Amino acid sequence: MKPSIVKAKPADVLKDASMIKQKEMMAAHYERLTNAPETGEKVASTFVPGNLNELLMCFDLVNNLPEVNAIQSGLRKQSGQYIMEAERAGHSEDVCTYVKSDIGMMMKGNIGPNGKELPKPDVLLLSYTGCFTFLKWFELLREQYKCPTIFLQTPYMADGKVTPNMIQYMVEQFKETVIPTLEEVSGVKFDIDRLREYLKKSAQAEDDLVYILETGKNKPSPIDAYFGGIYYIGPIFGAFRGTDDAIDYYRFLREEVDERIQKGLGPVTPDGPMDEEKYRLVVEGPPNYTSFRQFWKMFYDEGATVVASSYTKVGGTYDYGFRHDPDRPLESLAEYCLGVYTNRSLPMRIDMLSDYINEYEADGLLINSIKSCNSFSAGQLLIMREVEKRTGKPAAFIETDLVDPRYFSAANVKNRLESYFQMVEQKRSGKGAAA
Amino acid sequence: MTQSTSEIVARCEALYEDLSFTAAREWKAAKEGRKVIGYMPVYVPRELIHAAGMLPLGIMGGGDNLEVVHGDAYYQSYICRIPRSTIELGISGRLDFVDGMLFPSICDVIRNLSGMWKMLFPDTYSKYFDVPQTYKDEIGGTFYIGEMRELLRDLEQIAGHKISDDEIRNSITVYNANRELVKELYTLRAQVPWQAPASEAYLVIRAGLVLPVEEHNVLLRQYIDAVKAEDRPIKDNSKVVVTGMFCEQPPLNLIKSLELSGCYVVDDDFMLVSRWLIGDVPTEGDPVYNLSQAFLHHSMSTAAKYEPNQEEKGQFLVRAVKESGAEGVIFASTSFCDPALLDRPMLQNVLKEADVPFIAFKYAENSGQMQPIREQAGTFVDSIKLWSAA
Repeated sequence: MKPSIVKAKPADVLKDASMIKQKEMMAAHYERLTNAPETGEKVASTFVPGNLNELLMCFDLVNNLPEVNAIQSGLRKQSGQYIMEAERAGHSEDVCTYVKSDIGMMMKGNIGPNGKELPKPDVLLLSYTGCFTFLKWFELLREQYKCPTIFLQTPYMADGKVTPNMIQYMVEQFKETVIPTLEEVSGVKFDIDRLREYLKKSAQAEDDLVYILETGKNKPSPIDAYFGGIYYIGPIFGAFRGTDDAIDYYRFLREEVDERIQKGLGPVTPDGPMDEEKYRLVVEGPPNYTSFRQFWKMFYDEGATVVASSYTKVGGTYDYGFRHDPDRPLESLAEYCLGVYTNRSLPMRIDMLSDYINEYEADGLLINSIKSCNSFSAGQLLIMREVEKRTGKPAAFIETDLVDPRYFSAANVKNRLESYFQMVEQKRSGKGAAA
Repeated sequence: MTQSTSEIVARCEALYEDLSFTAAREWKAAKEGRKVIGYMPVYVPRELIHAAGMLPLGIMGGGDNLEVVHGDAYYQSYICRIPRSTIELGISGRLDFVDGMLFPSICDVIRNLSGMWKMLFPDTYSKYFDVPQTYKDEIGGTFYIGEMRELLRDLEQIAGHKISDDEIRNSITVYNANRELVKELYTLRAQVPWQAPASEAYLVIRAGLVLPVEEHNVLLRQYIDAVKAEDRPIKDNSKVVVTGMFCEQPPLNLIKSLELSGCYVVDDDFMLVSRWLIGDVPTEGDPVYNLSQAFLHHSMSTAAKYEPNQEEKGQFLVRAVKESGAEGVIFASTSFCDPALLDRPMLQNVLKEADVPFIAFKYAENSGQMQPIREQAGTFVDSIKLWSAA
């Protein structure tokens, strides 16, 4: 069974059709997922970086993303209890809270955001891309679910380039391991033309996503590329890349953003349209989800817009030119995995952030360092100093966590942000050098 | 000249404490054109470096004697200590004689450190050494051979000459001998741990990270022969396996504290590079292919490695317990070590199934306060004895 296509009402298109559309898509997806035991659809769990949604669709598998489930638990303020549940069961306080939220949720009945039990996966597609924790996470899930586990290794882009050896390794894994096992689990024969069709649709949506993200170069920026960006990347990083739904979503969003540009408006926040744009920031690192709105408010209350972020590139660096290519399907999937932000070397990340500051004419760099995430966090202090040195723009550092509420200290974060905005002001008024 | 156990151990301890790596510096200075390539845990094929005529130098962080002045400025409090002390070694000039650094694929912290090294020391060769986590010859094997050939090309460039297959075969032979001696020492320690205590064996094997392998082979032989010739008192200790120490190394005092609290450490995962490949690597045929085969099919298990078979998960630990005659397992993991700490619950479940008792604690390479560890380990040993008696 294929996913039902949800259509937003035309009357909504000029207002917030994209938001309605995404809500409908997510609700339909979770319904499909939780109804899988009844409908007989098979479920594949996998990760956002290195997400092979088009390939999974070729086998009629429903894509379940534990990272997204953990984010949903964080946003719904349930992750704290899940994490403590996992820690009581012996998981260390030091490790990734996505993992512990997921495991704690499983221990508490695995209830999804729609209030229904999430199904057991029929297969774990361990796409080991840019994060070591993924490897252990799915070993932990395999221990519980005892289902087939497919391992796909994405070599790290340590020297800033993709080598033929890397591509060959990944394509061989697709051909010899990933595809045959997916065929076996699903009972569906692989059809490469079906994959080409999905990839064509992916590229179409990717064009619009890049257009939207790059509107951050406008003054004022019509989007917030971090807090708003989380919503914008949802469909394409999740279970919708390669679908008509994603194409529709990004078209609606593009129309909305164009309209805001024409009217000279800034981003839409939870408290309505943003007022004057005082600060333009580039942000590195994931956000905190347990106090997401409070965190965002600290920015828009001060007139700070995030014009570009690295987090919105964890599921693909499309703004650097990558598009899924139907003419080279497997090679293209390999290149996609190789290029995601967390699979890029530290010097590449520094280049990217420095480019963003220059191209988006930002006032500086803010790093939200996440306790749980060594893939992002290890090396960020050097990134900060190097970007500052190259761009001459001030940088600042705050520390929170993904979905562990114990590591979000609102007062500390607010203090640091306020100090940072003062630093930007000083820099603007020419006092920065003396400060 | 025959050396006593205490003389050998004293020499090894001096090498261990020497954070200027004088022995490696002297080796390099002894002949013009010599090069030194540093590497971090867990594993690199040292044979390739040796075949290039270079000295592989194991960098296991700064231990508990290094004052970290600069390194902390590069890391948040929730990152383990080994990268910050390694940066300290670099910035303080202690590695200024090193011609290249290899950062093996082990975790995200060491992975990112490879990029930091490129930024901090742009004039020194550095490489993230990726290894396969899939073990089919035509897939992971082909990839790994490609990665090793790339490393060989880089080493040839640094050395300024080609590296022949015969040179690699010769190096494999020397390292086979080294692995055999290390294995002999581990077997001896498991059989008569009072003769070759873990704190000594650790130092003797660790010396192999800074000495030329030929010299280390002689040292190992001398130590094994010396301890066999001695008659040391047997203590009423319990045999344990320690696991989780495969990257950031424990302070020597920690190993001594375990012994003082009543443990005979009869197996461990310290400095796995010395034991990573199990058995001899064949010296006939394509040496790079042989190294890849050994890596894929005859290598150790650790948390940094993917286990494709659920039934096999953690069994390496159960086997280690059985083969060494251990009565329990101590999980000693570095604080904030993702691989060890994420793996730990799975390994503990396997041990529960196998009815093997265990305890767990965390440490850092500069942990100074040993009393809680001594108390915990002592209680563990007491409880093992009680269970055994029941």
